[in-house]
Amino acid sequence: MENFMVAFNQNLFFIYLIIFTIILGFEVISKVPTILHTPLMSGANAISGVVLIGAIILIRTAEPTEYLRLSLGVLGIVLGTINIVGGFKVTDRMLEMFKKKAK
Amino acid sequence: MKTTFILNISYLIGVLTFVFGLRLLGSPDTARKGNTLAALGMGFSVLVTLFIPITGAANNYVWIFAGLLIGGGIGWLTAIRVQMTAMPQLVSVLNGLGGACAALLAITELLPLYQGEIQMGTSQIGIGIFALLIGLVSFSGSLLAYGKLQGLVNDSQVQLPYHNILNLIMLIAVLVLSVLLTVSDPSTSILYVFLVITLIYGFSFVAPIGGADMPVVISLLNSLTGLSAAAAGFIYQSQLMIVGGILVGAAGTILTILMCNAMNRSLFNVIIGGFGSAGSAAGSDGTEGKTAKTITNNDLSILLYYSQSVVFVPGYGLAVAQAQKTVKELEDLLEKNGVDVKYAIHPVAGRMPGHMNVLLAEADVPYPKLLDLEEANDVLPNTDVVVVVGANDVVNPAAEDNPGSPIYGMPVLQVWNAKNIIVLKRSMSPGYAGIQNPLFFHEKTKMLFGDAKNSLSELTKEVKNL
Repeated sequence: MENFMVAFNQNLFFIYLIIFTIILGFEVISKVPTILHTPLMSGANAISGVVLIGAIILIRTAEPTEYLRLSLGVLGIVLGTINIVGGFKVTDRMLEMFKKKAK
Repeated sequence: MKTTFILNISYLIGVLTFVFGLRLLGSPDTARKGNTLAALGMGFSVLVTLFIPITGAANNYVWIFAGLLIGGGIGWLTAIRVQMTAMPQLVSVLNGLGGACAALLAITELLPLYQGEIQMGTSQIGIGIFALLIGLVSFSGSLLAYGKLQGLVNDSQVQLPYHNILNLIMLIAVLVLSVLLTVSDPSTSILYVFLVITLIYGFSFVAPIGGADMPVVISLLNSLTGLSAAAAGFIYQSQLMIVGGILVGAAGTILTILMCNAMNRSLFNVIIGGFGSAGSAAGSDGTEGKTAKTITNNDLSILLYYSQSVVFVPGYGLAVAQAQKTVKELEDLLEKNGVDVKYAIHPVAGRMPGHMNVLLAEADVPYPKLLDLEEANDVLPNTDVVVVVGANDVVNPAAEDNPGSPIYGMPVLQVWNAKNIIVLKRSMSPGYAGIQNPLFFHEKTKMLFGDAKNSLSELTKEVKNL
């Protein structure tokens, strides 16, 4: 209990951040209409590729001889970039097709 | 000081583009802008992360750019080549990759700890293990979901006897190991056991979830990927990763809830699987000994051409037959004769949320013609002909009038309120849920058997000749 209270006090900023982001996320996303659910999902998917940032920091701060770290990091970069580029591009392709009137 | 400030400001801008981007996704008119905005914000944040000076860092740019080029190339090519009908598969794969990326980061940061090279605080280890756990489950689960959607894996091939009990045991093992890894003395062997069991659990957890439940699984995996990204964000104390991840988690969670509601089932019920098997005991559904009436292409073309209003109900069968453009062609011909054509789309039609809307948008159907469940049920009583194309469970009247039916209580499209019902179907076989559909034997119903695309193009020819 003691530990928990200390951790709570120390991470108060993050606890606020998490709670408000969850509320914000639910508010924003529940407004998305049914017809856009697929693009919403692929677009959100692309955003989850934000882990790429972590992979870049990982490699930048690694020693040039830490080959295991570098290899895992590069794999992370490849996967994250596929996620971001593929996700945003395919969402764009889909949204381009949603038109009000056919010509 | 100055570089930290620049970095923080840039990430703040990144976060704002994500939030406003998702907000703009709320309307078809602004959605494309929203996606572009989020993409720009992402690109900007990545650029800043790449080039912001870090004191004493080796940078290793060769490795980074190699990774960016390979990943970017693969992502771009896949995105421009993929067929709209294969969207659920693509989203599953991308989902899995996101999870795998978060897991890789977690393991790279945790490995030195378990090898005894560094020390970390308990809460930090816990977050790392959490990112690893969720990321791995999302990765292997998404791969199996991909295999199922692509038709590489059959549902029954991956189900074991007592599967749910096995899953429960594995889940407990995974959780116990997570706690051990967080609080006990570091050991690489426990870590490796944990990795293997978690990967297997991801597979095993998706295994019993069948065809019609795929929209729920995809949404759920999407939400897990978001959570793993957010957890990885804690490792790097990156607010951008945390906020981005939580937003994705929220999107996935909302879609999961919506999909469950659309089937009137709890998430738990979906996860333990067995939609079809539970229902076979329901017995009498009033369809025994009855035969379905059929209609010829010629009669149907006349019926459609001279009616006032027609509503199409597309289902997964339309996607399988790639018939979305043929439907549109028929729509154009009918509209020329003054027929009002609309589409009624059930939330779980297809294999992922909103799948049918994308297919019809691809065929140039303007989106105001796409009706959701409530709008459609308002319109259907005043509709002359409703044409069900490759949909089944979402138009099953048993959901409303047979308490013994496994889908009883699920909100469905009330097509039986229309004046004429036409069902385009390959054969009389039951739908994915394995439930017989009394609609096919309804007095107003006529069946047109065959592949959806063939039937529709035959029909189009007949209409042209009128």
